[in-house]
Amino acid sequence: MSNTELEIAVDDPTAPEENSPAVTSNRNVDVAVSLLLLVLAIVLAWDNWRTGASWDSTGPEPGYFPFYLSVILGGASLYGIGAAFLSSKEALETFVTRAQLRRVMAVFVPTLLFCIAMQFLGIYVASFLLIAGFMRVVGKIAWWKSLLTAFLFSAVMFVTFDIVFDVLMPKGPLEAAFGY
Amino acid sequence: MEALGLLLHGFAVLLTWKTLLLMMVGLVLGVFVGVLPGLGGPNGVAILLPLTFSMDPTSAIVMLSCIYWGALFGGAITSILFNIPGEAWSVATTFDGYPMAQQGKAAEALTAAFTSSFIGSLVAVLLITFLAPWISSFALKFGPPEFFAVYLLTFCSFVGLGREDKHKTVIAMSLGLLLAGVGMDTVSGQLRMTFGSTDLLRGINFLVAVIGLFGISEILLTMEERLALRGHAASISLRTVLAVWKDLPKYWMTLLRSSVIGCWLGITPGGAIAASFMGYNLAKRFSKDPDSFGKGRIEGVFAPETAAHASGTAALLPMLALGIPGSGTAAILLGGLMVWGLNPGPLLFVEHKDFVWGLIASMYLGNVVGLVLVLSTVPIFASILRVPFAAVAPMIVVSCAIGAYAIQNAMFDVWLMLGFGVVGYVFKKIKIPLAPFTLALVLGSRAEDAFRQSMIISGGNMKVFWANGLVGTITTLAILLLFWPLIDRLIASISKPGAPAAKAEA
Repeated sequence: MSNTELEIAVDDPTAPEENSPAVTSNRNVDVAVSLLLLVLAIVLAWDNWRTGASWDSTGPEPGYFPFYLSVILGGASLYGIGAAFLSSKEALETFVTRAQLRRVMAVFVPTLLFCIAMQFLGIYVASFLLIAGFMRVVGKIAWWKSLLTAFLFSAVMFVTFDIVFDVLMPKGPLEAAFGY
Repeated sequence: MEALGLLLHGFAVLLTWKTLLLMMVGLVLGVFVGVLPGLGGPNGVAILLPLTFSMDPTSAIVMLSCIYWGALFGGAITSILFNIPGEAWSVATTFDGYPMAQQGKAAEALTAAFTSSFIGSLVAVLLITFLAPWISSFALKFGPPEFFAVYLLTFCSFVGLGREDKHKTVIAMSLGLLLAGVGMDTVSGQLRMTFGSTDLLRGINFLVAVIGLFGISEILLTMEERLALRGHAASISLRTVLAVWKDLPKYWMTLLRSSVIGCWLGITPGGAIAASFMGYNLAKRFSKDPDSFGKGRIEGVFAPETAAHASGTAALLPMLALGIPGSGTAAILLGGLMVWGLNPGPLLFVEHKDFVWGLIASMYLGNVVGLVLVLSTVPIFASILRVPFAAVAPMIVVSCAIGAYAIQNAMFDVWLMLGFGVVGYVFKKIKIPLAPFTLALVLGSRAEDAFRQSMIISGGNMKVFWANGLVGTITTLAILLLFWPLIDRLIASISKPGAPAAKAEA
């Protein structure tokens, strides 16, 4: 029997505002990406040409297949630049608003810091810091809940990967202090 | 009949307590990732793949495929209760599923969704059971030109039949193929596209790319959106289940039609998204009361769910029989097979019978267990959405980093994953499709090997791809599919000379 009088509502207190101004349009990003891909295609084509993109006595040289793929990538990217300029619809579409970008950065920057911390502190301590910090700072969740969740998650990951499944993970001074 | 005997052998391989436990764990994890916003089948499988590295291949693939089934089931929960399609193929389910939930029929809608998922998958698994051995024994006669022609067919059909801008699919595919070639050339041992980096010597592992492209980019995208969820809670009683099942024969035509559409679009790389929409649209078109669709009609749940799941499952058929995945998730599973040293394709059926038939048996069992599991635990899984996203997001990031690092124990891969996360975010926003990109990354080196071998055989003559009826037919079909939009427009303008060409495109 359905029980619809119980309603689940999960509200996000940090949801982005509706009328936030656009940072850039889809057209600008499309053109920028196509240009980057074009540059990449030229660099890869050059590298493959240098490696050898023709035939020798044993058959096609190592750069043969990727060279022609670079040419295709370059051609499609050039077409993409033209298509983006000609499309009026794309020019009007917002790629990201300022509020949205702020939220994306709120995940991306901690993730970047987490990757840096991982190299020095090991994955489990870095995970603890990321989860606790993110829950507290971005999610405005109580300190004790954030710390407890971060500790439990990191501990479960450690037991699962390092102990049960024997998958070696990067470790730091804390694990070394405990003999791992 | 031989297939039945082998299938029974598969069940014998499978029915151990350890494998059954892994199956349950996989299903629970799968429903979990299916329900969580920002995750789904391919992401869940990619992120959880490292868990299976220390297992034997059969246990590992059973667990991974159960994560996949679980994620497929889980997607329906959010679509119906919260009007949030976890995956693009769940969009059509929201059309009638959510209105049903609003009318107090959430339990009926969920039962219909799970049951039709089960039926769709079952039809596809039956197809795999009887067709895969036949296709693989046929494919044993394939040489390098035939294999390259099949790869070409796959690539061309993505370009020709895909809904995205053609040049964007070409960009995604050529970029994927190029990245697959980074590192040491397998034939000559020469380094390519490494630019002096020792980290790039190993090449770009496609799983690292996939974790970034799907996992990290989804987190970025999900954070960007408003996450104020409002939905309906539901619990399912046995009486509701039996009532829905009693009505099933009334919808046999819808179920059959959707199953056929799903299987077809799963084997060809049409995909589950196209299957679900086509299933829904055809159910509406053949209905006596098409206007009632979109207002909470149970058939509107049956049709897309059956088609999507038939398609998702049938995508495993070309992966197993030919080594060519029919979907993004199948591509990730294929990558998993390679990690365990298995070579997907026709020889798999000869060299690793236990593995193949254990996997096929797990598809039957996983679906049955999955159906019972989701029917009995919907409220628990639905309540996962109460967990604040600020807690879920960093946990997913950590899981992604663990996954990326574990593949080759390299920190460089974690950085690469982050880079692919940004690429995935931008690509998704400007609609460069990720499925052909993933497919090309997985198949790149195999396609190149087949091409080079064909060229060596023929002394560089492209005629090798038309050397016999089989390879010629596949290559010609590939070219026809590549130019399909043009051909379609031409056919439309010939059959209706007055009709504008734009109609054909629409």
